[in-house]
Amino acid sequence: MSTTNREELQNLIHEVLEVYPEKAKKDRAKHLMVNDKALESAKKCITSNRKSVPGVMTMRGCAYAGSKGVVWGPIKDIIDISHGPIGCGQYARGGRRNYMNGVSGVDSFCDINFSSDFQEKDIVFGGDKKLAKLIDELETLFPLSKGISIQSECPVGLIGDDIEAVSKKKAAEIGKTIVPVRCEGFRGVSQSLGHHIANDAVRDWILPTRDDKRPEAGPYDVAILGDYNIGGDAWASRILLEEMGLNVVAQWSGDGTLPEMENTPAVKLNLLHCYRSMNYISRHMEEKYGIPWMEYNFFGPTKIKESLREIASHFDDKIKEGAERVIAKYTPAMEEIIAKFKPRLEGKKVMLYVGGLRPRHVIGAYEDLGMEVVGTGYEFAHNDDYDRTIKEMGDATLIYDDATGHELEDFVMAMKPDLIGSGIKEKYVFHKMGYPFRQLHSWDYSGPYHGYDGFAVFARDMDMTLNNPVWKMMQAPWKA
Amino acid sequence: MANIMIRKSAAGGLVFYLPKRDLEDTVTSIEFDTPEKWGGELKLANGGVYYIDPQPLPARFPLSLRAKRLDAAEQ
Ligand code: SF4
Repeated sequence: MSTTNREELQNLIHEVLEVYPEKAKKDRAKHLMVNDKALESAKKCITSNRKSVPGVMTMRGCAYAGSKGVVWGPIKDIIDISHGPIGCGQYARGGRRNYMNGVSGVDSFCDINFSSDFQEKDIVFGGDKKLAKLIDELETLFPLSKGISIQSECPVGLIGDDIEAVSKKKAAEIGKTIVPVRCEGFRGVSQSLGHHIANDAVRDWILPTRDDKRPEAGPYDVAILGDYNIGGDAWASRILLEEMGLNVVAQWSGDGTLPEMENTPAVKLNLLHCYRSMNYISRHMEEKYGIPWMEYNFFGPTKIKESLREIASHFDDKIKEGAERVIAKYTPAMEEIIAKFKPRLEGKKVMLYVGGLRPRHVIGAYEDLGMEVVGTGYEFAHNDDYDRTIKEMGDATLIYDDATGHELEDFVMAMKPDLIGSGIKEKYVFHKMGYPFRQLHSWDYSGPYHGYDGFAVFARDMDMTLNNPVWKMMQAPWKA
Repeated sequence: MANIMIRKSAAGGLVFYLPKRDLEDTVTSIEFDTPEKWGGELKLANGGVYYIDPQPLPARFPLSLRAKRLDAAEQ
């Protein structure tokens, strides 16, 4: 793109920042950049993983959301107790549509809200006794659970309850894994620290339990890490890996189970989809168990093809041939989809603002459909995410970190994209403005979007949203 | 002192990782890099400098180590 565009975008950033007081302006300026592909590292141009400015509308969540909602929640045979007052758990329950096989309430528990429902007296006298009682109750009502995790909400950390002691005592009593997770919402600047804490809890309380009795690994055993099976994503990925000859023994954590996780350190390769939320445990397994890991991207045929080949490069010729076979098998179907939807979507501009991996991972899928991503950003990324993003994004595109409501709205009004992909908090604002919008955290009640099958759904959904005649009939209420 | 992790990148270089701050960066130079003596000052691409006690070249990466911060790039 031209230099004028670069200048225009710089000016836009300045304009948007104008409304802030001096200090906030200075702070926010560091979180916005115009992409320059030549950059080696994002560090000098964008600051990330910092506390949000007080007074702005941030879209971030808390550490509890990162641990309970993202990492732990989807493990189906573990009961996650939202330990503290009822609200946090109620609002974090099942919102991400992590699909699972199993019978809810019998052997699978993802979509039920378990909470210790703190009252005033629990805050005053402490909640440890209540927690112990709660675990007994769970054992009586749900004997088929494989384990329990205790997800601390803010008050638990504030009043200094000893959930570790309760966990140890009760685990010995009932003979199941009980994991205390110190993911109080006030820790860290966003849900990102919650992912980290959740990973560390898995490292300390789950992986070591089978260190001396792990099965012998097969030559093609792999694990899928950082796929939460939203709308069936992990299933659509898994079948491709299995078709090429690999043996997927664990899914972390969508539709995953506790035994799968315990046995993961026996695999040959860890496949990491969401780098942000599970790089910690991948690094740990690499160091302690010598398991290599690699990032892959299963959005859109171009990236899937690249990823399948790269995955296969870690194995022998049988798997390499398998990968080619899978690619050849699905290519005609993909060409058909692109032939159908590309003419309807070509040249359209997209703006994204999502969480851990989508702001860079879905770019390829849009490009496969002939669309262009003109702006992208993360709620809670770190520098290494932006390092990866500047290479994926086009030159002179806009990148925003922890964008505020005001910034996002103004950017959209100035850049007039044809489609916006972001979260539920942004959705209705942009709907009212008359912009086609897809909720890209949990696929707007659709999915899967991963894998070849997912791309078919993705292409259809984007077309359905963007070319919907309804947008032309809308007028923003404040313009009426 | 901070806990860090050093791993080999796909290209063969060293990658520095500081879990506490979630900082990942490439190591641009290392003071001692022989089989008998490895470590010393580590310079990072972001300008930060860390020190690890010189030791024989580790047999295996990644490796968790204690490091002293000599110069942080930011803040
Ligand atoms: S910040 Fe604290 S109180 Fe709020 S949702 Fe998170 S854990 Fe609950």
